[in-house]
Amino acid sequence: MENETRTAWECLQLIHNKNRPTINDYIPLIFTDFYEMHGDRHYGDDGAIMGGIGRLNNIPVTIIAQVKGRDINENKNCNFAMPHPEGYRKALRLAKQAEKFHRPVICFIDTPGAFCGVAAEERGQGEAIAKNIAEFMILRTPIISVVLGEAGSGGALALGVCDELAMLENAMYSVLSPRGFASILWKDASREQEACEIMKITAKDMLELKIAETVIEEPLGGAHNDLDKITENIKEFLSHKISEISQKDIDELLKERYTKFRKIGEFTE
Amino acid sequence: MLEDLFKIVTKRFNDDNTKTDAEKPKFKCPRCQNVITEEHYVELVKVCPNCNYHGRVTARERIMMTVDKDSFIEFDKDMKSCNPIDYPEYEEKQQEIREKTGLSDAVVTGEAKIKGSRVIIAVMDSRYMMASMGSVVGEKITRVFETATERKLPVVIFTASGGARMQEGIVSLMQMAKTSGAVSLHNQAGLLYITVLTDPTTGGVTASFASLGDIIIAEPKVLVGFAGRRVIEGTIKQRLPDDFQLAEFLQEKGFVDMIVERKKMRSTLSHLLKLHGYLPESEE
Repeated sequence: MENETRTAWECLQLIHNKNRPTINDYIPLIFTDFYEMHGDRHYGDDGAIMGGIGRLNNIPVTIIAQVKGRDINENKNCNFAMPHPEGYRKALRLAKQAEKFHRPVICFIDTPGAFCGVAAEERGQGEAIAKNIAEFMILRTPIISVVLGEAGSGGALALGVCDELAMLENAMYSVLSPRGFASILWKDASREQEACEIMKITAKDMLELKIAETVIEEPLGGAHNDLDKITENIKEFLSHKISEISQKDIDELLKERYTKFRKIGEFTE
Repeated sequence: MLEDLFKIVTKRFNDDNTKTDAEKPKFKCPRCQNVITEEHYVELVKVCPNCNYHGRVTARERIMMTVDKDSFIEFDKDMKSCNPIDYPEYEEKQQEIREKTGLSDAVVTGEAKIKGSRVIIAVMDSRYMMASMGSVVGEKITRVFETATERKLPVVIFTASGGARMQEGIVSLMQMAKTSGAVSLHNQAGLLYITVLTDPTTGGVTASFASLGDIIIAEPKVLVGFAGRRVIEGTIKQRLPDDFQLAEFLQEKGFVDMIVERKKMRSTLSHLLKLHGYLPESEE
């Protein structure tokens, strides 16, 4: 499916390209009648996660997405796509709302990780992520997640428990940023490139490890080279999957969702 | 000259009877820096007499002090992790730790009785790669909840963890989803899950099953958080207060139901189990 072969390190450079499309580029091109919904109803509104309701080919859906900025002002608002607990709680609120109104949920993942800071700890970053993971697993409506760029750690997984995970061709999914990985295991953050190659974080790796089901092809040179084309590819994937998944019996779907994650792990007895 | 000096030093270390208190191995409390002999610390069940910090105990010690004598039946004793991302020397490193600790991975699980009430119990052991969660911890914790759901039993987990097992890459991250999913099914079956947070509980374990208990207990002065202290200090470029991320801080912020001392843990758990109708067979 992939039209170009890149090393993990090359993918990382590509997804850090400042012209790489973000959710703000995609929403108006993929969805119609989009209304953004704000706040977690407990503490505040987190700019790193946006959510709302819109239509995908006329079907009402709930959209939850991590927001990357292009310049310093945008990044100030979205905190470099690193959510606080209220972001995850907003996501869960909207997911529950989708369940109530029988709308499928579409998550777009694009984060280096959940924010690490004093306020995040005080408001229960760990609890917020845990709750999302546990609740998404039993949410009685279809969930599709798409990794747009980077998906780092529990901060990504909090939007990643789903029936179908797709990765853009150059996107990556990792337990921790390669930099963090090098810093923790080798006490040397400068060995980032080496970490990249060892960690198994590319879209292809995710298919092989059975963590992702689909890779969405990017235009030559990467998503930023042809926004219309990449949008078309994402939309085609979503349209196809939504109609396929929506036909399944919900109990069957939940069983499959549980089993998909249940099987991940390599051990001997 | 130097050789003579080494001889004297070696003799001192090897000769227990002549050791004065000053020469015995020491325990320095990580919270208040108070120093006592290791021997005294063990006598105090690894609790600092100065500040009440509840230190790390092994999984075996924890099981012994928590469950009824001879009631523990272990599950999946020999489960061992593979090397999902072919991380260099992962197998060798694990083999070394296995020999040193007698553990097969970072969690011990099984069925037991607490003052007569049947429970499924899991205890994490920080000596094994900082009790990080990889395939084995994920699978064993998942089975704990599945077995408990099947047998209609409550679950008690003593958590401790540095977070996800980096050496297993993305596979370790997915264990958060797997374990939390199993907690959800146990929860939907209306069964009780008690988490006991012990030193230290951080990262991916905090962000999954450790935060999902119906009742969340912590031992005094233990460290609990999502991000590591140094990571946060690096972000904000200043030193954090000493009590940041301690059990008492978490309780103040609303994330811990109660802080319970080690000597009262067994009776507290027993009361909570009985309050939820999990009675000893003799009282049913």
